Amino acid sequence: MNAMAFVYLAAILFSIGSAAVLLRRNAIVAFMGVELMLNAANLALVAFSRLHGQLDGQIMAFFVMVVAAAEVVVGLAIIIAVFRARQTISLDEPAELKG
Amino acid sequence: MNFVTPEISWAPLAPIIIVLGAAAIGVLIEAFIRTPATRRSVQFVYSLIALVVALGVAIVQWVALEGGGTVVAQSMLTVDRQSLAWQTMLLVFGILGLILFASRTRAGESAFTPLGSTAPGSIEETVARRRGFEATEVFPLLLFAVGGMMLFTCVTDYVFLFVALEVFSLALYIMVALARRRRLMSQEAALKYFLLGAFSSALYLFGVALVYGATTQTSFVEVGRGIDAISGREPLLLAGVALVLVGLLFKIGAVPFHSWTPDAYQGAPTPVTAFMGAATKAAATAALVRIVYTSLYPLEWEMSWVFWAVAIASMALGTVLALVQTNIKRMLAYSSVAHAGFILVAFAGFTEEAIAALPFYLLAYGLATIGAFAVVSQVRERGEDGGVGAEAVRLGQWAGLGRRSPLLAGAMALFLLSFAGIPLTAGFIAKFEVFSAAVAGGGWPLVLIGVIASAVAAFFYVRLVVLMFLTDVPDGAEDAIEVEDGSLARLVIMVTAAAVLVLGILPSGVLDVYADAAQFLVLPNG
Repeated sequence: MNAMAFVYLAAILFSIGSAAVLLRRNAIVAFMGVELMLNAANLALVAFSRLHGQLDGQIMAFFVMVVAAAEVVVGLAIIIAVFRARQTISLDEPAELKG
Repeated sequence: MNFVTPEISWAPLAPIIIVLGAAAIGVLIEAFIRTPATRRSVQFVYSLIALVVALGVAIVQWVALEGGGTVVAQSMLTVDRQSLAWQTMLLVFGILGLILFASRTRAGESAFTPLGSTAPGSIEETVARRRGFEATEVFPLLLFAVGGMMLFTCVTDYVFLFVALEVFSLALYIMVALARRRRLMSQEAALKYFLLGAFSSALYLFGVALVYGATTQTSFVEVGRGIDAISGREPLLLAGVALVLVGLLFKIGAVPFHSWTPDAYQGAPTPVTAFMGAATKAAATAALVRIVYTSLYPLEWEMSWVFWAVAIASMALGTVLALVQTNIKRMLAYSSVAHAGFILVAFAGFTEEAIAALPFYLLAYGLATIGAFAVVSQVRERGEDGGVGAEAVRLGQWAGLGRRSPLLAGAMALFLLSFAGIPLTAGFIAKFEVFSAAVAGGGWPLVLIGVIASAVAAFFYVRLVVLMFLTDVPDGAEDAIEVEDGSLARLVIMVTAAAVLVLGILPSGVLDVYADAAQFLVLPNG
């Protein structure tokens, strides 16, 4: 199977992820969009690595996975803190900051 | 497949290792010292020592540096003069920020919530406050942020840059959420900052993947050579470069990627705002300079219009929106957006002068930012119980501050004049240098817009000065404002005010140092 197909898949996943961040009003869903984008980037790195016949891209994917895991920890902590305070995680709801 | 063990020369990394190692040990201190008050002083002194030692080591390395510098890990990390110039600056910002973190009000309140996990206004929060809990984890977090930023300035690989970016961003997201007062606002700011920050770093990463696909390389220099080798402009490459630039412009806070700035600046605890405003911009500019000059320069023509458009939009929108703000932290945030525009003006024409001008600009801007927010943290409203309450951030509350506290108001006026770029302050020299670099690169229309934006911006800076000195305290509001006199915060204000004056009157020494540092060790054509 052509490795380029995976690059196209990565592009599609990336678009879906960014659409989720920009359009969905639920913080968790928006955050899932971010994770989808990071994993799309990983897929692209690995696919290109295969296309070029190098290992570099695959090794980088490991770094990205670790960083993404750390990001999940921080992100969920913040979202939980907001939920405890307001009983909602809608991104439209909080409106202390304006202007 | 053969894996070759990389050869790493550790010595040039010493300042970064000290800071990050101290941060890791700082996390252990959190676990082992139980009494909050002891832990707080231990953490403060310990972090301060770590940063001062790292600063000392960095300066020694800088002075003793022979030749251009050292390639630390092949194609990954390079410590050269340019990187050391930024590292020392970040350490100075880190030290000033740390001192502000430790500053307390007369009633012994720190700027941070006693326990971040409790819901605002809950019984648990009251209990935590009464038992004297302290969120001392902000000290190791600050060290992680400083260490990540220092790494950010010497990385020469796109993927590794992403790792460094996240190291300091994740620490900042948490610190933003930990304000003591107005906690709902603080948490909301952290949520917005986090989602937008994560979004932009995902864009950056996908850009890197595309650049890797187009050039088969990820190190700055090799990508530069790769771009040169590709005849014609491949859409894959252009899309990748565009996404990479978006990620970095987001961190600098330039329009249209600025929407996090006002919220994060306003919601974050003021010491965090001070540190973040100064240091994030410096680190992001450092990385942008390195990327543009060592990697993306073959795309000069394509990039220049991006920089022009973003610079003009940032200056215009930042200035106009700052004009209509009534909240002082928000006003300073929009002014930082305008300053992001001034920073990008330097990139017009991609001249050598810009590499020397930008560190000075960021130093002048960062010192004034830390000082200004330190002053903001000292002006408090009176709480409902008659004690000292939250910070007085409405512009009207600052009326007549010059009479209450001439020293604070005078320092604030100095910082504002430096932001505006009035002669005899560091801001003037900085703007002059940046604009001359742009003129040398043929960017005079950009400079013209920059000068007009500065003139308009001077209006809202001077408006605050007038409010502080020439307006009377409104009747019946004599007791509404309380001016704190925390000695640590005073120290920061004095140091930054002195530095802004000295850099404004005798800038030549520092300018020479930065001109000397305006070279990269590894260049694609060298």
